[in-house]
Amino acid sequence: MLASFLQFSMSGLTVGAIYALVALGFTIIYNASDVVNFAQGEFVMIGGMVSVFALAAGLPLPVAGLVAVIAAMLVGVALHRLAIEPARGASPVVLIIITIGGAFAIRGLAQVLFDKQFHKLPGFSGEAPVNILGASIVPQAFWVIGGAALIVLAVTLFFERTLLGKAVLATAANRFAAKLVGINTGFVTGLSFLLSAAIGALAGILVTPITLTSYDVGTLLALKGFAALVLGGLGSATGAVAGGLILGLCEAFAAGYLTSTYKDAIAFLVMIGVLLVMPNGLFGRAQAERV
Amino acid sequence: MMKTFTGIAASLALLGASAANAQDIKIGAVLSVTGPASFLGEPEEKTLKMYVDEINAKGGVKGKKLQLVVYDDGGDANKARTFATRLIEEDKVVAMVGGTTTGTSMAMGPAFDDAQVPFISLAGAVVIVEPVKKYVFKTPHTDRMACEKIFEDMKKRGFTKIGMISGTDGFGKSMRDECVKVNAKFGIEILGEETYGPRDTDMTPQLTNLRAKAGMQAVINPGFGQGPAIVTRNYKQLGINLPLYQSHGVASKQFIELAGEAANGVRLPAAALLVADILPDSDPQKPVALAYKKKFEEATKQPVSTFGGHAYDGLMILVGAIERAGGADSKKIRDEIEKTKGFMGTAGIFNMSATDHMGLELSAFKMLEIKNGNWALAD
Repeated sequence: MLASFLQFSMSGLTVGAIYALVALGFTIIYNASDVVNFAQGEFVMIGGMVSVFALAAGLPLPVAGLVAVIAAMLVGVALHRLAIEPARGASPVVLIIITIGGAFAIRGLAQVLFDKQFHKLPGFSGEAPVNILGASIVPQAFWVIGGAALIVLAVTLFFERTLLGKAVLATAANRFAAKLVGINTGFVTGLSFLLSAAIGALAGILVTPITLTSYDVGTLLALKGFAALVLGGLGSATGAVAGGLILGLCEAFAAGYLTSTYKDAIAFLVMIGVLLVMPNGLFGRAQAERV
Repeated sequence: MMKTFTGIAASLALLGASAANAQDIKIGAVLSVTGPASFLGEPEEKTLKMYVDEINAKGGVKGKKLQLVVYDDGGDANKARTFATRLIEEDKVVAMVGGTTTGTSMAMGPAFDDAQVPFISLAGAVVIVEPVKKYVFKTPHTDRMACEKIFEDMKKRGFTKIGMISGTDGFGKSMRDECVKVNAKFGIEILGEETYGPRDTDMTPQLTNLRAKAGMQAVINPGFGQGPAIVTRNYKQLGINLPLYQSHGVASKQFIELAGEAANGVRLPAAALLVADILPDSDPQKPVALAYKKKFEEATKQPVSTFGGHAYDGLMILVGAIERAGGADSKKIRDEIEKTKGFMGTAGIFNMSATDHMGLELSAFKMLEIKNGNWALAD
């Protein structure tokens, strides 16, 4: 009993940690610009795919990972400069649709630059499973959960302890007031894309040894990450992380204890249930009417 | 004066050329060369063109050249149906080899049946030839045969209680449905069943549940794409040491690569073409499979796929039938296709009959076991 409970929990936490990172990426950009960036899943794909190909080209894994993160950041900045910035005055809905177009473009390019095959990375600490109270867990799962925890910690410290982070927070709180006190809000938005791309790419590198990757893994991740975001509450970093973990655990427990056929449906039912009771998500604040 | 003569000579030459064309035997092909099924349709198109050219270079069929008319339906059944009508009414083909997917084949079947033009499909599902339609044939193995081959192997090893985990994609679902139809015939009981979505990345919860079923002796995984590779890895992770069976849907090197270490010991049914190199010399399929593999790989610089092989089988069955029919009479050709006996193709030996428009037996599948990251024959 305990063994299978642990097995399901670890499965849920591992998958959930990735949803959480995607949702966190959404949150950072949303806070800085009111845009839900649907190309967030594509950053995860770039992280995985670039690492795979850099590794195949002979680079050691840490260097390959670094290359992948830099590549994703470049794509993130390019997306901001070439697609979001030129449409600066447009409403958030238009910008969101632009990010969907951006996601399609990135996916198409990846299909041509790389290939349409699935790829894997080796586990960072080997593939031999660890036995904990009867549950067998691959060491990479600890990398994913631990890595996600570190990333969340680093992002929190960045926002709470650095001037730049505070500038982002100020922009999120009130863009106009932030501009008045001398914050370059355009730069802050660009920075949020850079940061989100890096987080996405790291997530992709951490998870590829477990889940495999291909040019089109981003779509579903963006969808699940968005669900986690809504569940946790739009705009709340804590909510994004909690939403991701809860969504992952729901899926795993539904598959384990109820039925694997409807596990996704069950996860979404839980989400709808939460939203009925708490329309702003678990950690979201009621949005004040803007005058 | 001179000019007029040249003109007349030219028109005569043209007339002669078109007269020769009218003598050609026109064969149609509607294939999914682009679109989601392009990995099937592309090798099929290349194979047909390559072999039609070769046959014509050698003097054609009964002294007549073959003329191949190819349309690309992009995987769209509606388009396929339109092209089918065009082949029949405008191009007036004598027969058709094509229909890359089950969807496009099912859409085109009635058109050819009504027009009484033989149609050899290259798609998998058993519904194409069951119930038998007079003018519709097919060359690939069916998913039911894959189930039967696996159950046969299980029975041989004395397994009667098994678990099943299948993908919810089209391939996985269709094969799962066929498997639960035929398991009783082999005295095999399915103790537990689990599914996973085509995009799922972790199947440990499902496998944990399967493992908990008492008395299980083996597990079968109908599926396609990366899902079976993840199932295989999770299977090993959970330390389940029951034999695992995969389907012909993952019979490619990529599966071994993705599943890594965990792939060792996995068994799956596959066409002889994939393992042409390691077939014993006594195997009657070896020369055909090796020859096709060599020709395809040299011409396209791509690894051989079974899908192109199905096109080869279809074309050669048709050419054989045209030769026996002695000309381009669609009805006679149909009768001769149905009489195909002992034809050795890349998929196996074809013995068609009035009740069997595929003609392959279970022996056409080879049971493979993955050993040290490579294919090995299990039997």
